[in-house]
Amino acid sequence: MRLELKDLHVHYGKIEAIKGISVVVNEGEIVTLIGANGAGKTTTLKTISGLRKVSSGQILFDGQDISNVPAHERVDLGISQAPEGRGIFPGMTVLENLEMGKFNRKDRKSEMDEDLDKVYTLFPRLKERATQAGGTLSGGEQQMLAIGRALMARPKVLLLDEPSMGLAPQMIANIFRIITEINKTGVTILLVEQNAQQALQRAHRAYILETGNVVKEAKASDLLNDPAVREAYLGTGAH
Amino acid sequence: MINLRDKGAQFWERSNRPVRVLTVFAIVAVVAALPYAGNTFLQTPVAAFDAVLVYPMGMFILMALGLNVVVGKSGMLDLGYVAFFAVGAYTMAILGTRTGLNTWEIMPIGIAAAMFAGVLLAIPTLRLRGDYLAIVTLGFGEIVRVSALNSEAIGGALGIAGVPFPPGLGFEYQLLDQKYFYWTIVVMILLVIWVIRRLTVRRPGRAWESIRQDEDAAELMGVSTYKYKIWAFVFGAAIGGGAGVFYASRSMVIAPDNFTLNTSILILACVVFGGMGNIWGVIVGAAILGYLPDRFRFLSDARLLLFGLVLVVFMNLRPEGILPRKKREKAIVKKGSGA
Repeated sequence: MRLELKDLHVHYGKIEAIKGISVVVNEGEIVTLIGANGAGKTTTLKTISGLRKVSSGQILFDGQDISNVPAHERVDLGISQAPEGRGIFPGMTVLENLEMGKFNRKDRKSEMDEDLDKVYTLFPRLKERATQAGGTLSGGEQQMLAIGRALMARPKVLLLDEPSMGLAPQMIANIFRIITEINKTGVTILLVEQNAQQALQRAHRAYILETGNVVKEAKASDLLNDPAVREAYLGTGAH
Repeated sequence: MINLRDKGAQFWERSNRPVRVLTVFAIVAVVAALPYAGNTFLQTPVAAFDAVLVYPMGMFILMALGLNVVVGKSGMLDLGYVAFFAVGAYTMAILGTRTGLNTWEIMPIGIAAAMFAGVLLAIPTLRLRGDYLAIVTLGFGEIVRVSALNSEAIGGALGIAGVPFPPGLGFEYQLLDQKYFYWTIVVMILLVIWVIRRLTVRRPGRAWESIRQDEDAAELMGVSTYKYKIWAFVFGAAIGGGAGVFYASRSMVIAPDNFTLNTSILILACVVFGGMGNIWGVIVGAAILGYLPDRFRFLSDARLLLFGLVLVVFMNLRPEGILPRKKREKAIVKKGSGA
């Protein structure tokens, strides 16, 4: 299941947020988009999941152009997103949130139990809090819930938008470890991050976005050692 | 203040089946006996008590239940809800005076007409959210009223008179004794409660709930938010339309003046006052707000002042309504606003 963006343009009104980017995510990879605020990372993810409309260009999923498929149908194709700011349902319990992740596959009762088990194994904390309202969870727990909920749809590609945002360092390490684990179960991951250090350590390949353009594409390990990248995004360059 | 909602929920959870059935019967019995309470402190000074039970109280409850699906369950602010009530009422008035059809035959037509109006309003407007949606719906409500006002074919400002009563079902509907109207509306309310409860525990309920809490996230879960929002609108419209049909058939005369913005706002007030999203709260709220102005009619103009005062005091004491929705939502409000 290869995900490919071809010369993608996206506008907010008259402002062009994405200025013709091309990105490839191969099956089984973790690919990360890094870049500063306003570079267009979140917009790119939202366009892939269908929350934003494509102005021109293509989103190819398994060779098929899905840019006109409505967002709620892209879930069924196998694209799930854990949105920025977690986007959980605050008034539903943890369990109800997870069940929502299977909204279109609810009839399959055995699948539900099986996938709940999987999510609870990845995030034991969610099991402890199953009957608690989503809005009462800590930031880290909410992020776990957002990822777990996205997994309930059995995605082929998982889109993660700033999973480390606002979390304590220990929780960040934990979340990134789990992302690698999810990837090992065969889920392709497209990860948007401001925490470039962590993202590059976990990803196979990376794209650097600047004001709506891809300015660099490389193996993640190469970027980790690239002095220019280190200075601009890792904050460990020469001072 | 005592949390009546939790007390009620606790009682319900602790009770076994026979106790629950008994409770339901007891409540229905008390409600059904209300027309006989006319000579007590409940007596309304000007209008007859049994008439007040039908309109405003019963009608308000029906409409508030319908609006609650849109506003309370799905989180879309509709300020033009009276339009659907008007469509139902005009369908009844036109068909009732010009064809041989009776109220029960017109009921499904009126409901269908209101649903159609709901679709007409929903398709172009539901891409809007929040305040923008509120303004467009407000405009829609006014368009319906002003159109009726300017259409001589349906009576213009005078409206339509001579709308027939519903045919009796082994009894006769009477003007001076409105018990049968009241009992009919109680049955309608029970029916609506039953349908709403069925829907809310199933997929539509979950979908509406998720849309209200986070529309984008709902879409990402695979909820066709557009479709379910239209459904909420159309379902709400159906209830408003049904109420309208019955209203016209009982009142015998309808005119555009019966369907002003005021009514939309009053019904919204019932929903908020009772407890948005909780059907029991909405029922209590609508009953109280329907009843009070008639109970204090002897105060003439001051009664509206009193009415406003009651609203202000109560909304301060119980900002989430008399019977708010499930408590766990409280935690979100705190958390959400703090984050």
